[in-house]
Amino acid sequence: MVTVLALVPLGVSTFTLSVATTALIFALAGIGWNVLSGFAGQFSFGHAAYFGLGAYTVAVIFTKYSISPWLGLVLGGLVAAIFGLLTGWISFRFGLKGAYFALATFALAELLRLTFNNFDYVGAGIGITIPLAGGDSWGSLQFEDTPAIRYFVALGLVALGTLAVIIIKRSRVGSRMLAVREDEDAAASLGINPLRAKLVAIAASGFITAVAGGYYAMFLMFVDSDLAFGPFVSVVILLRPIVGGVGTIWGPVVGAAILSVLGEVTRSLVRDPPSFLQVIEGANGLDQVVFGLILVLVIIRAPDGVLGWFHRFRTRSAQ
Amino acid sequence: MRGRSSKVVWAGLAVVMAGVVPQTAWWDLNHTVFAQAVVSGLLIGGVYSLVAMGLSLVFGVLDIINFAHGALMTIAIYASYLLFQNYGVDPYVSLLITIPLLFIVGVGIQRFAINPVMDAPVHNQLLLTLGIAIMIENLALVLFTGTPRSIELAYARNEFDLGVVTLDFPLKVFGAVVSLPKLVAFLAALVLAGVLYLLIQRTQLGTAIRASAQEPEGAELVGIDVRRIYMITFGIGAACVGAAGSLVLPFLFVAPTAGATFTIIAFVVVVLGGMGSIPGALVGGLVIGLTQELTQLFVPGSKFLGVFVVFLAVLLFRPEGIFGRVRR
Repeated sequence: MVTVLALVPLGVSTFTLSVATTALIFALAGIGWNVLSGFAGQFSFGHAAYFGLGAYTVAVIFTKYSISPWLGLVLGGLVAAIFGLLTGWISFRFGLKGAYFALATFALAELLRLTFNNFDYVGAGIGITIPLAGGDSWGSLQFEDTPAIRYFVALGLVALGTLAVIIIKRSRVGSRMLAVREDEDAAASLGINPLRAKLVAIAASGFITAVAGGYYAMFLMFVDSDLAFGPFVSVVILLRPIVGGVGTIWGPVVGAAILSVLGEVTRSLVRDPPSFLQVIEGANGLDQVVFGLILVLVIIRAPDGVLGWFHRFRTRSAQ
Repeated sequence: MRGRSSKVVWAGLAVVMAGVVPQTAWWDLNHTVFAQAVVSGLLIGGVYSLVAMGLSLVFGVLDIINFAHGALMTIAIYASYLLFQNYGVDPYVSLLITIPLLFIVGVGIQRFAINPVMDAPVHNQLLLTLGIAIMIENLALVLFTGTPRSIELAYARNEFDLGVVTLDFPLKVFGAVVSLPKLVAFLAALVLAGVLYLLIQRTQLGTAIRASAQEPEGAELVGIDVRRIYMITFGIGAACVGAAGSLVLPFLFVAPTAGATFTIIAFVVVVLGGMGSIPGALVGGLVIGLTQELTQLFVPGSKFLGVFVVFLAVLLFRPEGIFGRVRR
């Protein structure tokens, strides 16, 4: 009752608010993915690795050592950045590129999923349920009875992430990343160290995505190996920037907005269809079919995402 | 650098084997259990080879990471299942339908979805096939719900006792049990590998496929319609997985994600065997099957752990695979 009253000023239901919060969390994860794959051009198909490390770090230090999740978000980011540096150093050193790098990142995420699924310290197959802390909800990052604040914190994190990416893109190391993406050999001949640029990218990318994962664990108050490291998590993360626009500042946010609205529309259509579409009522999976169709159409029709398509459209009509 | 690192891998493997072999004796492992793991590994490995062959062909010729490969298998599994449930068609007979059906589906996908993006970056092609996979799997979910089903073949329950081989060391007893459908799938993988190999190496179509894979522009110049060859190649790749779908039906639960579970394993096999190499897919499948079952034996409950460790090692030390040529 208190919840409903608290939300009346906002004019949206708790459900809508939690959908919006989830959208923001995955937008942040997509912002992280975009640094490595969009700016530095190293396509990652396993960003669930960083997302999951962030989620587990927050869950473990909060439930086992009662350390504030705020610190957990930073620690999770560091753990993921270190993991990124180690695995990135090994794979870039061995010259993994393109499809092979994508498959290697996927395999790494799967290895983490299988390891955590068998690791008793982190609850193995059962996962970790984060208990209600009570008391100061700001300190414990829980906001169980104030979903609006939960939403605003997610919004704040996305703003911070976007700011970080703007800073990265405008910095020297950001320009080096773009140079490496365009032509690694040419960049190297200009005195750029491609390995270093890629390592900075993977560390920053992992950090940002891990923060999203950590907040997701606090949002769900639960984490298990599938939610954290599952292959679908990687796909969900990279789809946002792909749909919005790879390598752009706002691509992940635009993509997250489009996909979550579309997802909700198709889901509610299936739940409660208009009379002429009665046949699809309760058709489980139909929203995912639409989702797949959108993906296929985006790749064929707008390979540089909605922002790229919009940009081309605008330059064409200006001529 | 490469030469040295592959030596490092072989040395590493030798150390691991030197560690594992005495360990089996040390732990006094039940040899029947060990034999069973080896036999199960080879049998499931045969299925992996079967699924991976088509993927390897597509990967090698088109340079496409086809994430829809397992979803195509789902189509074949459901087609075979419906034929069996509604008309009593034996899965081995339905091969005559699923193979051409999947060939047509494959040609269609290449024609309408992939040909337009052949020049796009690798990740866009990967995502395109991923989108197709999501569509197929969830259409199956819409049409058939998620309830797992299975079929009962009257003659499939017979089990053969392979109690013929007796070795002194390391396998003292070789009393593993083999189920008929898995044996058939295994043998079919061998046959299919042979047929595919001959098709690629000995026929005119195969020559055109190899030419299109190596030098698309050159192939175009000598009058090969490369786009058409791409369509046929994708069709053949899909037909392989069509065969796999019918062959695994007797020992697999039918569900929308039934095929998808093979996709990643198939990629592991393809990278291990060398992309584009049919013998590589065959051997790679068997190696991965063995790896999986032996990991399960030593680290219960985590059979894929070993598989991914092997995968990462191959990616790092020998990305061109066992049978692959070094790519520039």
